[in-house]
Amino acid sequence: MLDRAQVLHVARLARLALDEDEVQRMTQELSKVLDHIEKIRELDLHGVPPTSHVVDVTGSLRSDEPTPSLPPEAAIAEAPEPVQTPAGGGFGVPSPGQPQ
Amino acid sequence: MSDEASAYEPVIGLEIHVQLRTRTKMFCGCQVSFGDPPNTHTCPTCLGLPGALPVANERAFHFGLMIGLALGSEIAPRSLFHRKNYFYPDNPKGYQISQYDIPLCRGGHLGDVRIHRVHLEEDAAKLNHIGHSGRIHGADRSWVDFNRCGTPLVEIVTEPDLRSAEHAREWLTDLRETLRQLGVSDVNMEEGSLRCDANVSVRPRGSEELGTKTELKNMNSFRFLERGVRAEIERQISLVEAGESVIQQTLHFDPSTGDLTPLRSKEEAHDYRYFPEPDLVPVLASEEMLAAARADLPAELPRQRARRFEQELGLSPGRARELAFRVELADYFEAALAAVGQGNGAGGPDPVELANWIPLLVERIGSAADPAQSKVAPASLATLAGMVAARDVSRDAAREVLAKLAAEGGDPREIVEREGLGTLSGEGSELAVIVAKAIQSNPDAAEQVRAGNMRAIGPLVGYVMRETRGRAEGGEVTRLIRERLGLA
Amino acid sequence: MSKITDLSAAQAATAVREGQLEADEVFAAYLERARGDELNAFTWLAEEPPGWGQAGRLPLGGVPLAVKDLFCTEGAPSQSGSRILEGYRPPYTATVVRKLQDAGAPLLGKTNQDEFAMGSSTENSAFGPVLNPWDRRRVPGGSSGGSAAAVAAGLAPWAIGTDTGGSIRQPAALCGVVGVKPTYGACSRYGMIAFASSLDQAGPLTRDVTDAALLLSHMVGHDGHDATSLDLPGPIELPRSEDLRGLRLGVPEELTGSESGVEPGVRDCFEALLALAEKLGASVAPCRLPHAPHALSAYYLIAPAEASANLARFDGVRYGLRVDGDADLLSLYERTRATGFGAEVKRRIMLGTYALSSGYYDAYYGTAQKVRTKISEDFREAFAEFDFVVTPTSPWTAFELGAKTEDPLAMYLNDFCTVPMSLAGIPAVSIPCGLSDGLPVGFQLAGPAFSESRLLDAAFALEQAIDFDASVVRA
Repeated sequence: MLDRAQVLHVARLARLALDEDEVQRMTQELSKVLDHIEKIRELDLHGVPPTSHVVDVTGSLRSDEPTPSLPPEAAIAEAPEPVQTPAGGGFGVPSPGQPQ
Repeated sequence: MSDEASAYEPVIGLEIHVQLRTRTKMFCGCQVSFGDPPNTHTCPTCLGLPGALPVANERAFHFGLMIGLALGSEIAPRSLFHRKNYFYPDNPKGYQISQYDIPLCRGGHLGDVRIHRVHLEEDAAKLNHIGHSGRIHGADRSWVDFNRCGTPLVEIVTEPDLRSAEHAREWLTDLRETLRQLGVSDVNMEEGSLRCDANVSVRPRGSEELGTKTELKNMNSFRFLERGVRAEIERQISLVEAGESVIQQTLHFDPSTGDLTPLRSKEEAHDYRYFPEPDLVPVLASEEMLAAARADLPAELPRQRARRFEQELGLSPGRARELAFRVELADYFEAALAAVGQGNGAGGPDPVELANWIPLLVERIGSAADPAQSKVAPASLATLAGMVAARDVSRDAAREVLAKLAAEGGDPREIVEREGLGTLSGEGSELAVIVAKAIQSNPDAAEQVRAGNMRAIGPLVGYVMRETRGRAEGGEVTRLIRERLGLA
Repeated sequence: MSKITDLSAAQAATAVREGQLEADEVFAAYLERARGDELNAFTWLAEEPPGWGQAGRLPLGGVPLAVKDLFCTEGAPSQSGSRILEGYRPPYTATVVRKLQDAGAPLLGKTNQDEFAMGSSTENSAFGPVLNPWDRRRVPGGSSGGSAAAVAAGLAPWAIGTDTGGSIRQPAALCGVVGVKPTYGACSRYGMIAFASSLDQAGPLTRDVTDAALLLSHMVGHDGHDATSLDLPGPIELPRSEDLRGLRLGVPEELTGSESGVEPGVRDCFEALLALAEKLGASVAPCRLPHAPHALSAYYLIAPAEASANLARFDGVRYGLRVDGDADLLSLYERTRATGFGAEVKRRIMLGTYALSSGYYDAYYGTAQKVRTKISEDFREAFAEFDFVVTPTSPWTAFELGAKTEDPLAMYLNDFCTVPMSLAGIPAVSIPCGLSDGLPVGFQLAGPAFSESRLLDAAFALEQAIDFDASVVRA
């Protein structure tokens, strides 16, 4: 019920590179799981509101008071490609092809 | 061919992002900043570290409510945050927390443009380009600064009610002034606290249907916005006039060339997979919160002031808008009006007359200047306008007086006296003498006027105006010449 | 004199507070046992006792704590069982861990788990599976398998884990220890590397109910860093009950009947316990949870959907594994994530992404959230008539390593008794109730939101009556 093209599309959305083996296995496994899960669509859920939050809490806002930030060295401590510029440190990446 | 002359009319909607003037970010307690050393205002939450969670800033809500009230929007009693999922280096969680189908506000308007929605979200980090890595097969490098990441944003989306590039620029200026007076943002396009994208389409005039729209991004000044939108309108009109269709796409504005470059349209079609943000609970816009927001609104917002200028003072809608949406001009105008009642002139000018002098003052001191800081006291301008209305000085002479006031300050009556700029009245001998000279020096013209050709009076009037250095009032001069020539 | 490690955590804490033991002694005793770990329960151990002079004044007496890998512990690896975070040391500590440290429970070590808490056997760990101390050919359950095995084998006096669909309760059942999933929101999630945000909850894994209550009482409470956290209406009380007089226990046919899939050995233990409960004064009767059979399906749409978004931050940009850094951005993303994530995690990310994708949201994620509403309603109706709902915790005892790894769907079925409570956000306890073919069986009690103290009290009374002896695996 899930075909190869859909699997490749979803893998792209999720930024996962799948080799051919994985594409085939994933297609099978996901189809099997979805077949089982599909059954909930047979339920009569007309007029039932979806649960977006299981706790009955509302509000939970934070006051606009500053709290200490991480020292910049700590912020980039785990960076795979730390970059030093005249102004300070940053996270290096390959340039995206096109502006967002 | 200009927009107005074309058989097609432009249809424009704007998507505006406003950075809020809170002290801290939307979902964490890091300080909001601009221009500080990179990555000095970050924490697990705005860096998107594993295990971090967002908690919403109550002041951002407060500002959001103020904006909704100022625009006359409907405020959602219960607002939900959603996750907007996409991958990009400036988006550390791989999703942006925004609002989707239950935004903070719906509807409202500013001037003749309707608001579609207003919602809260968080800003992305800043991506800076470095250049080539130096490695043969290496990609170009960029680096990310997360100081900006998580700054509170309000997104305002209009209905497609704008009809020209100029209209768009003017309207955005009005919005900017409103937001500035609310105190919710610095609204500075150069610093990025005000950003604007435009959706542009065209359709045959008279049609009610919408054409295919394109999205214009990265126009980071009012001038660029107008240029970009105008260029796109022209491009679309050319296309449809040639029988071709407009493709839906995103166009990126390049400020150095003024060109609009399409992004690869297919790749950029995002599936954002929105779902309610499970880490944040719904926020109720309580009566208390609404009351607090109302209490923080200024006594009179620009659009309310414009309406008052129109309805109570009789100003034209254009003039009312021009003054009301620049608080320094409106304040100065009202100060001048108040000064009028303090025994300044005989009866004083009407507000419409006085209002006409404000643009002239702005011309003198420059559009960026605050008239209250100039050498022209509001009472002085009011006096001057009163003198023109009473014909104590001609309009042309008054312009000269204004120039003097702007340069040196002082009292207009004194200046008129000192410079001899008072209107030469028809009763005085000085004017009669000059009229006689005019007729003498232009016998042919005088002859033609006597013969009934009124158009020939031009050179005679011109002569008098020159001789009096504009101190005579044009209509009065014409009357005197006719009288002198024996015409009724 | 019995060994230090024969004492329960509460007993050891009392001994330290009364001056009979030094906190460092207790720590050293457990550190030595943990160093001898043959079950692969730990992924990291402290080097030495913390040298706390004042532990005797703190409520938890310096008794050391084993902490599931996914809790951020500043300066110590926090990997959530994944290669994509191998060696990652966060700059901050999870609120729940910090509270426990402040209350006097120092960090003994980090425990092994299924990658990103996705699994029911701990076979999905990137750092090797954990072995069940009752039978080392078998799994300890998951995803908190390391915590459960460590406590069961006496390598740690107590531990914390997380429960999303059963990940504390099920390994507790398979390892013969006590596990508690509190009301959703009772414990802060700040610093817990997220799996499914609307379901994840921290909780204790302990030798007995008293230890669980003691530990839990210092974990709960609203946290300003977690907008979904809340204060319980009252404090968690240490349990005292000797009987179950006046309690009404509901047994849902859908989860316990002959069609449900529960193994005969487990059902026998369960029914024996129901009989014991009646002897202790409880009334036991059938109840209905009509939508419970659909809970697994709803769960396997909601949890992967939230996870697909929660795991998008693992992109090789700011921390963790990076693969193909010189290539273009798309390759960096795709190859980093392909290399760093295991098969089960990839499956769930794919499933979740699909369930949220354009055109499918209403049919899948949207529908699942409606089923969730119905399940919550089912429990509310049941609790109008009953104090607690009771089930076997796991439909079967510990299975062999490798027995279910080829069939994801079969693995998912491990959770069918525990998932409904997670979806409804209600608290539940698992206590060991006996053995079936020499392997532990767990008994689950679930109560309405905020009923932790009453639940633990009832569990205590049963525990006293059962007198389950697990000391054999601690030898």
